[in-house]
Amino acid sequence: MSGHATYQPKNAFMQWMERRLPIAGLVYSSFIVYPTPRNLNYWWTFGGILAFMLGVQIITGIVLAMHYTPHVDFAFNSVEQIMRDVNYGWLLRYLHANGASMFFLAAYVHMFRGMYYGSYKDPREVLWILGVILLLLMIMTGFMGYVLPWGQMSFWAATVITNLFSAIPMVGESIVTWLWGGYSVGNPTLNRFYSLHYLLPFVIVGVVVLHVWALHMVGQNNPTGVEPKTEKDTVAFTPYATIKDSFLMVVFCILFAWFVFYIPNFLGHPDNYIPANPAVTPTHIVPEWYYLPFYAILRAIPNKLLGVAALGASIVILAFLPWLDTSKVRSARYRPLYRQFFWVFVIVCIGLGWLGSKPPEGNYVLIARIFTVYYFAYFLVILPILGKVEKTKPLPNSITESVLQSGVPIGASAPPPSGARA
Amino acid sequence: MSSAEPTRRDFLYIATGAVAAVGAAGVLVPLIAQMNPDASTIAAGAPIEVDLTPIADGQVIKVFWRGKPIYINHRTKKQIEEAQNVDVAKLPDPQPDSARVKPGHDQWQVLIGICTHLGCIPIAHAGSYDGYFCPCHGSVYDTSGRIRQGPAPLNLALPPYEFLSDSKIRIG
Repeated sequence: MSGHATYQPKNAFMQWMERRLPIAGLVYSSFIVYPTPRNLNYWWTFGGILAFMLGVQIITGIVLAMHYTPHVDFAFNSVEQIMRDVNYGWLLRYLHANGASMFFLAAYVHMFRGMYYGSYKDPREVLWILGVILLLLMIMTGFMGYVLPWGQMSFWAATVITNLFSAIPMVGESIVTWLWGGYSVGNPTLNRFYSLHYLLPFVIVGVVVLHVWALHMVGQNNPTGVEPKTEKDTVAFTPYATIKDSFLMVVFCILFAWFVFYIPNFLGHPDNYIPANPAVTPTHIVPEWYYLPFYAILRAIPNKLLGVAALGASIVILAFLPWLDTSKVRSARYRPLYRQFFWVFVIVCIGLGWLGSKPPEGNYVLIARIFTVYYFAYFLVILPILGKVEKTKPLPNSITESVLQSGVPIGASAPPPSGARA
Repeated sequence: MSSAEPTRRDFLYIATGAVAAVGAAGVLVPLIAQMNPDASTIAAGAPIEVDLTPIADGQVIKVFWRGKPIYINHRTKKQIEEAQNVDVAKLPDPQPDSARVKPGHDQWQVLIGICTHLGCIPIAHAGSYDGYFCPCHGSVYDTSGRIRQGPAPLNLALPPYEFLSDSKIRIG
């Protein structure tokens, strides 16, 4: 069941419109008849989930902005007013705060998928780098958003993160003063963070457009890492990918709803319900969970400038992944040794996250340092060497061959019908 | 290849679409409801009580309720007579003065001070009837707050109010 390759409107108005602004044709070719590898698994649905979450955050954010006051004397109370007085304000606030967590969860799954299946390799390098840029934009947006409620964690997160720039020799202090708009984090800082927090999501939308454009230029990767060779290797995006994406989106929303309605403050820090006090730093100061791995790397290095450099490098190094991984084989399915190092990497990332929530003392520091070494060694040592020495498994000839045998899916319980094609 | 019989796939499409429509409606409800006045705004709009004893004969005061200016006018005998001796049928917005005051309290006029033309606040004790005069476009109201000349279509509106005693009213 496939339509025409190009959109052929039958309706007279649509014909008139298509000649002047072919949006319907663009949607048709990009999301309806678009050839999608037939073997995509559920790990491929997280891109769509991310786009959905971006929409959720923008809509809930704009609506929250109707009730929030970005002034140090009123911000905290305006958030409490949203929670208590605004109709469904509690729902909108919890959707937005937990939505940020879900957004990052989906982003990390999406990235790990890319790393496992080699989706960053030729010809998808620019696609991957656009993704790294999106991650950076998300991190900035999330950070500034967290400052807005002006709780204790908001204020001190703002102070600590802006102070990172003071590590830069010579110009560091001036940069920090410039960011603050004053001699410490204060009202000018809050105002400009609000402005930028409203702006960046729309920058993210723009980069997402580039990201999807870059994707559609080269086509999706797939679990075998073997590019589609014939029409049999692909199916139309609608209804197959559309329905699969919608299904996991619903499951994802159930998880989202679980947090929002049953444990809405579980991922947050109770200290952020204390109004900001510039005189007292909370004893257990931590960022939100999605920043914890980077926080652990920062604290693992005992030197101020090198710690900040490591923090930055831990994200920027992702952009070089297409060139650091020297393997000619894309998918970890056919790279048994790489697979093991990959899963250790995943455990290291989660471990760094856990360590970021612990006080920087004793054995926690030692393990954080070991994990940090593995993190960087994975990119700078393991991947370059592995590509050259690894013995990979033989690749299937085609996608179709990897999923069918005599015309039925591999592992099917019924025998092939008579006259079935291979 | 489509058959005349609806298929299982058709059923699934329609069922999914129906659930999605319900979901979409469910999403829209809070997004639209949040723009309605919130609990603190509604609380701030609660009725107010005004003590009339300080208001002298012939004096007009202005109070605010729900953000609207309310004129409380202690009308003189002359003003009451001028308001009542009128051919109601000839008015642009016919209404007898008795319909615009509470029974037994002719001297107390309580009006919303918003011109029914485009919303400016008319000036009290002004205009050719010694009623109200709106400086924006020249609407003239009489001592009962009824429109006499100018572009305003309706008499000045009355807020909901009641007398708690002879010297106290509750507006709202």
